[in-house]
Amino acid sequence: MVATIEAHAKQASIALGRDSIAPEILKVVGDVPRHEFVPDRVRGDAYADRPLPIGYGQTVSQPFIVALMTDLLRVRPGDVVLEVGTGSGYQAAVLAHLARRVYTIEIVPALADSAAARLQRLGYGNVATRSGDGYYGWEEAEPFDGIIVTAAASQIPPPLIRQLKPGGRMVIPLGAPFALQHLVLVERNADDGRVTTKQLLPVSFVPLTSGSRQR
Amino acid sequence: MLLFLAVALVSAGALAYEVLLTRLFSIVQWHHYAYMVISIALLGYGASGAFLALVGDGLRRHLGAAFAAGAALFAVSAVTSFAVAERLPFNALAVIWEPRQLLFLPILYTLFALPFFGAATCIGLALAAFPERVGRIYRYDLIGAAAGAIGLMLALFVLFPDTALRLVALLGLLAAALGISLRESGAIRKGRAAACSAAAIAACAALPPSWTALHLSEYKGLSQALLVPGAKVLAEDSSPLGLLTVVSSPTIPLRHAPGLSLYNATEPPAQLGVFTDGDGLTAITAFDGRREPLNYLDSTPTALPYHLLEKPEVLILGAGGGTDILLALLHGATTIDAVEINPQLVRLVAERFAAFAGHLYERPGVRVHVAEARSFVAGRRDRYDVIQIPLLDSFAAAAAGTHSLSESYVYTIEAFEQYLDHLRPGGYLAITRWLKLPPRDSLRLFATAVSALERRGIGEPGRHLALVRSWNTTTLLVKNGPLTGQDMAKIRRFADERAFDLAFLPGMAREEANQFNILDQPLFFDGAVALLGRERDEFLRDYKFDIAPTTDDRPYFFDFFKWRALPELLERRAIGGVALLDWGYLLLAATLVQAAALALVLILAPLLSLGRDRREPAAAGLARWRVALYFLAIGFAFLFIEIASIQRFVLFLGHPVYAIPVVLCGFLFFAGLGSGIAPKLTARLEALRARSPQSAPIRISAADRLFRCFVRVRYPPLALAIAGIGTAALLHLVVALPLFRWLMPLPSALKIAVSLVLIAPLAFFMGMPFPLALVRVAAARSALVPWAWGINGCASVLSAILAILLAMSLGFNAVVLIAIGLYVLAAATLR
Repeated sequence: MVATIEAHAKQASIALGRDSIAPEILKVVGDVPRHEFVPDRVRGDAYADRPLPIGYGQTVSQPFIVALMTDLLRVRPGDVVLEVGTGSGYQAAVLAHLARRVYTIEIVPALADSAAARLQRLGYGNVATRSGDGYYGWEEAEPFDGIIVTAAASQIPPPLIRQLKPGGRMVIPLGAPFALQHLVLVERNADDGRVTTKQLLPVSFVPLTSGSRQR
Repeated sequence: MLLFLAVALVSAGALAYEVLLTRLFSIVQWHHYAYMVISIALLGYGASGAFLALVGDGLRRHLGAAFAAGAALFAVSAVTSFAVAERLPFNALAVIWEPRQLLFLPILYTLFALPFFGAATCIGLALAAFPERVGRIYRYDLIGAAAGAIGLMLALFVLFPDTALRLVALLGLLAAALGISLRESGAIRKGRAAACSAAAIAACAALPPSWTALHLSEYKGLSQALLVPGAKVLAEDSSPLGLLTVVSSPTIPLRHAPGLSLYNATEPPAQLGVFTDGDGLTAITAFDGRREPLNYLDSTPTALPYHLLEKPEVLILGAGGGTDILLALLHGATTIDAVEINPQLVRLVAERFAAFAGHLYERPGVRVHVAEARSFVAGRRDRYDVIQIPLLDSFAAAAAGTHSLSESYVYTIEAFEQYLDHLRPGGYLAITRWLKLPPRDSLRLFATAVSALERRGIGEPGRHLALVRSWNTTTLLVKNGPLTGQDMAKIRRFADERAFDLAFLPGMAREEANQFNILDQPLFFDGAVALLGRERDEFLRDYKFDIAPTTDDRPYFFDFFKWRALPELLERRAIGGVALLDWGYLLLAATLVQAAALALVLILAPLLSLGRDRREPAAAGLARWRVALYFLAIGFAFLFIEIASIQRFVLFLGHPVYAIPVVLCGFLFFAGLGSGIAPKLTARLEALRARSPQSAPIRISAADRLFRCFVRVRYPPLALAIAGIGTAALLHLVVALPLFRWLMPLPSALKIAVSLVLIAPLAFFMGMPFPLALVRVAAARSALVPWAWGINGCASVLSAILAILLAMSLGFNAVVLIAIGLYVLAAATLR
């Protein structure tokens, strides 16, 4: 799986800003037991580089996208990270290997409960889970060095932007189920607090043919 | 008479089922496989032809029982196939990751082919058993189908789709009840038919609700919304326009505000979500008359035109739940004409949830109109300061390209011209779409605006245009007049204050285009500049998506597919390439390939048996290849014209929901009349032919004079029919669009009447080629009758798919011209 992710990363250099995903992230993605985060019926595909259904109309993201989003967050060992949309807890587990503390909120109570139990069972003691509204973030734990919003709404909740540290990064994947279209990277400038976004296609796809681009 | 009634009933059921399936799939799923499944399933018609050609002799001996069995198969499988299909773990969305999901498709094809096979077997049997009554049977088949189409649409205004499914099954069972009595006579016949009919009604009423219940895909917006704690359905309303579901979510509010600025600090007020067919969310926003809670709306890109005008008069095309009316009120609009196509949605806002919505439609200056956008605009003399076309489809649906096979007359060049005609000098047309990367919708809209402005003789269209981009939407502004320095300063300030980017503004520098929502390249700006420059054609040709403007002749706004991009996107499918593919066109092509292969089998298989049959000599003057080619050609041609007409009448009648039944009904009914008259026509022409011109009677009617033109032809009635079709179809090409534009303001009832008048002559002649030839086939080689029926069925299925593919590439006019060519080919074949 890691080799596939590395191969995919080479084709996604525009999104990453470099040719490869950070080695420590690849190692973590290789270490996290993904089969624990998917339902029994799809366990056979747990280490395939593809999204998998986890029930409730939700999916666990493709490992390449998880690695890509984690890389975009630029997580450092002392960081505190918030995730909105726990799902099965796979992304939180990956983050837990890299950050000091991970806070994760899930809107569907059944998913939140099972993810909390799973993360606890697997020994992810630095992950705090909560069931409820992700709009207001996790006020008791703010500010965050990084935020991932996998349950994208039609807007980026202002409280989440406020809870992002200056210099912090927020990643939002957008698209239809099983078909990520593009990623939005929200950055809060460390100097002036100005908020900007970057729209990133995971795939390097230039819409013009080479002939036209040269002109 | 019992036979004809039974044929009409089963035919009505089959067509109603076909239309209903589209609705049912639209509610429970939202993928293109639905179209694929229905199209392939219709090959059940072709399969019945093959089946009857092989074993028809035996069945004809037990006509009543066989007919009843076919109709009962239709009725039972109509319900059970859908119930089973809903329970299959088919996940179309995951196909790209899990190709084995495709193995479910043959199961679905077979399931849904069963009802059509059953229905078609009934009609094929009737045609084969009574060759002397072919014209009348075909007429009742067509008229029954017409009644089924219109009846279902009417029923859907009062019934939920699951109840309509029972009704469709009932039609099949009633046909079976009549069928079983076919061979009886007198009182026994009547008594048995009545008893069986009563049993059929009781069976349908007793059907367990779980068999017809709709199970929404868990990935649909409504399913997701209902998972939120405390969320509940407050109301449901159904019509052919869609199943509306109103959801309240008091614990975790909805907060629907596409494109909301990153700088916005205020939370939207309480909202009710209104889902159409389980998706396409629009919000009814709580309004208590105060403006402060609505301030968040000023932080959306749709607010832009209101920062350029004072106290505008506004037209909103697509009122939805009313949010854009609130935006206009917030900015002091003096009058607001809000147009919404769905009367149920209007009623929800105006009546059921009027208090919640602050009696929005009763506010001074607000007028709501139930109408389709183009028809409404065409019928207005008023001019507006702002014409707003808001965002009403869901992001997921837009991202998945769900609408790529749907026509949209709101975004064509002709539509833009109409909007510009209704803008006051200095007024703005504002259109918001979801942001797609690489750009598609927004650049196509930009290109459309450029073409529309150029058609109006404007030399520098770029001076009239602005494109603003938020983090997830784009808003295009088209001004009726050049943007002034002051306008541009206001647009810059508006964007700057809300962290929106200028994607295009006259004279702006490339560096300005990428300030807040940064792209690797300023693709929107580069695209807009290219579309305004001399390199436009080259740019459109080289762009890997089709973003050329759409027209009323080719109104597929949501289809961006180009074959050239396919290999690259498939190669990169695992890293997001698949999300950039517009699946609609591709799956349509895949459907055609599968249908063609299956049709070939269904057409060739009966030959094995027919080849062995030596009872009827091949020298009877009618070679099999001629029969095959003839029925293929007329099957293709009929549906080409019918489909092109449906699409064209969508513009005139406002929505497929009105266009499909009216056009289908018109075509089937008048074709039914034509088919019934065909034998009489044959007799008259043969009589005329028998007399030589020299011995012509002194008194000769005008019709006879016309007929005489065809008397010299080898097979005059067919020549007359083809000439009639050609003339009427060509007349449609020339007259229809200008006539539609002129008559669009008429009330709906009159428009329907005009439509039927236009369709009548064309359809009347189109009804003739099938029975005219079938009578000949029956006389020469009766064993070929079911085969011909099957070929015609196969051709109809392939034709419906091919017509849309051709229309997407070449336009409707081309499809009609090809159809005329096919009719001529058919006539030449049956010399």
